[in-house]
Amino acid sequence: MIGIVGYGGYVPTFRIKVEEIAAVWSSNVNSIKNGLNIEEKSVPSIDEDTATISTEAALNALKMAGIDPKDIGAIYIGSESHPYAVKPTSTIVGEAIGCGTEFTAADTEFACKAGTAGIQMVMGLIQGGYIKFGLAIGSDTAQSKPGDALEYTAAAGGAAFIIGKNGIVAEIEGTYSCSSDTPDFWRRDTIEYPSHGGRFTGIPAYFKHTVSATQGLMNKLGFKTSDFDYIVFHMPNGKFPIKAAKMLGFDPKKLEPGFVVSKIGNTYSGSSLLGLAATLDVTKPGQRILITSYGSGAGSDSFSIKITELIEEKRKKVKKIQDYIDNKEYVTYAQYTRLRRGI
Amino acid sequence: MKVAIIGIGTTEFGENWDKNLRQLAIEAGTKAIIDAGIRGRDLDAVYLGNMSAGRFVGQEHVAALVSGELGLSIPAIRVEGACASGGLALRQGLFSILSDQHDIILVGGAEKMTDLMTDGVTSSLMGAADQEWEAYYGVTFPSLYAMIARRHMFEFGTTREQMAKVAVKNHHNGSLNPIAQFKKEITVDDVLKSTMVSDPLTLFDCSPITDGAAALILCKAELAKKYVDDPIYIVGSGQASDTLALHDRRSLTTLDATVKAAQGAYKQAGITVKDVDLAEVHDCFTIAEIVATEDLGFCKKGEGGKLLDEKETEIGGRIPVNTSGGLKAVGHPVGATGIKQAVEIVLQLRGKADKRQIKDAKIGLTQNVGGSGATAVVHIFSR
Repeated sequence: MIGIVGYGGYVPTFRIKVEEIAAVWSSNVNSIKNGLNIEEKSVPSIDEDTATISTEAALNALKMAGIDPKDIGAIYIGSESHPYAVKPTSTIVGEAIGCGTEFTAADTEFACKAGTAGIQMVMGLIQGGYIKFGLAIGSDTAQSKPGDALEYTAAAGGAAFIIGKNGIVAEIEGTYSCSSDTPDFWRRDTIEYPSHGGRFTGIPAYFKHTVSATQGLMNKLGFKTSDFDYIVFHMPNGKFPIKAAKMLGFDPKKLEPGFVVSKIGNTYSGSSLLGLAATLDVTKPGQRILITSYGSGAGSDSFSIKITELIEEKRKKVKKIQDYIDNKEYVTYAQYTRLRRGI
Repeated sequence: MKVAIIGIGTTEFGENWDKNLRQLAIEAGTKAIIDAGIRGRDLDAVYLGNMSAGRFVGQEHVAALVSGELGLSIPAIRVEGACASGGLALRQGLFSILSDQHDIILVGGAEKMTDLMTDGVTSSLMGAADQEWEAYYGVTFPSLYAMIARRHMFEFGTTREQMAKVAVKNHHNGSLNPIAQFKKEITVDDVLKSTMVSDPLTLFDCSPITDGAAALILCKAELAKKYVDDPIYIVGSGQASDTLALHDRRSLTTLDATVKAAQGAYKQAGITVKDVDLAEVHDCFTIAEIVATEDLGFCKKGEGGKLLDEKETEIGGRIPVNTSGGLKAVGHPVGATGIKQAVEIVLQLRGKADKRQIKDAKIGLTQNVGGSGATAVVHIFSR
């Protein structure tokens, strides 16, 4: 039985409100709030990046797992804001959490789903008998062009998952992916901010892949919507996941525990994984969670996750996602610009 | 003058992300061929209205692209007149039949717009305005029509609510049209509260960016009954031009090109405006429909707003306008719009417009405009 041995998240302390951003661009606050269903987003401090966020999250996961970090045989970190174009974030994190040198590592990129891709890669290595434990992280300090619609949502945060076969808090019952060449959102190398195709990011991109992967998983495992107690989808804004849930026939209430987007924004590679971590924080043994990530370009990874008895004891050891969400300090747009190195 | 329409076809209008220009044009053309009950080899020529495939998708030479794709080696001619390209293609097709060059032709209009981002589409569309005297100064089509709207409000007391009623009516009609991009009904309040685009025009005052194609099969009037039982005839055609730049015109609130084109078409058809049962007009912005209804003579100059207050242009009203949903709700794939307007009139005159049907419609009119009024083309159709 393969599953999650420990998990942890991290969200920076700073927040900026939609009102604060809208005022700078003379935009209509209500139409933005209605359009995106979001109140505020997290902002990384000046010395926070994907490496530090990943390290914080990994330390939490390690603490919960209670394993020797040297037993981690693989580290994959998914992000679209790796601090270096060439030089891995994953080795920085491996060194920082004490993994020694006997591990394989790579940074992954698949827009917002590079973290869940890492989980699948680690699962393969474990099922193949190559490693004992593997660490997969999704983490970002997302970029957005000032004045673009993305500026209201592009946020920072991450979540780490240690996968293994011993001491699991949740079993991964199966995974299913859907990928296609769909150019809905992209950023070329050396270009500072991503571009996106407006409404093209919706039906042919987010919804097509999220719905296909979720249906594929349920068909593969023989599950119905009623078999899942909670669901987590990638949260590019506060509207899309709810619509996807309805399209699939889920009660959108099942999204609630993992619905972190309205308070911290879209943490890109961290988004669905922080949602999963927040959901794991409140679930009971025996319950089942469905998570489907989405990455532009495009693809979705869907997982069925069943909670074990161990979760109650192990999750007490670390801070919950909600603790990070509640711990906040608001910044002005000027401070935000400075933190994002705009001035 | 009398030329028959024996076949019609359209694609769905909207963000057809999975179809390219070629597929859209072929789909509409094939539907029209099937509708007419003819075969491709019966055709003598293809006329295609297309505004800006070169800028929208990097493809020129689009008429031959379409005829080649249909497996035909007949003459294929692209006609361009900005957003009036479709209407102009129809007129050129008419002439080719009236001059005895051709017996049966395919007249289509097609535009693929959503491959570009909005700013790319906006700047491509500005090719229809005066680059040196308008575009260089930052003017876009919403702002040109906003100036027309402001002046209309100033001269005639036209209100925002009256403009909004154009969008409400056309969205209602669009909700009854299976090919429409927008099938949702909206309220005056929705229009007024939608995002400001160019004061006084809000988002819901503007027609959308659309992919789509439409096609007609035209033939000599005397041959029509050989193919179909219910041919519809084009009995009048008029066209006129004005300066590209809005500021060079005699008036901001009258499109002189529409007035002249309509006069020519009425005269040729031997009718007066009172004989017209319904019309498809070029509502690229809500104010444009108000101005068009005045310029076509459906009401006195300045009373286009009142026409809406009195519900005269609704389905069931005295002179229904844009029963299809217009550019506003069906969408505005610029080169295809003029042909789509004709398709709606043919459906109405055939009595096949389903829930949008105007009772006992005998004479219909289309008005297709290029740019902010530098080109206008009006056609009159009869059973």
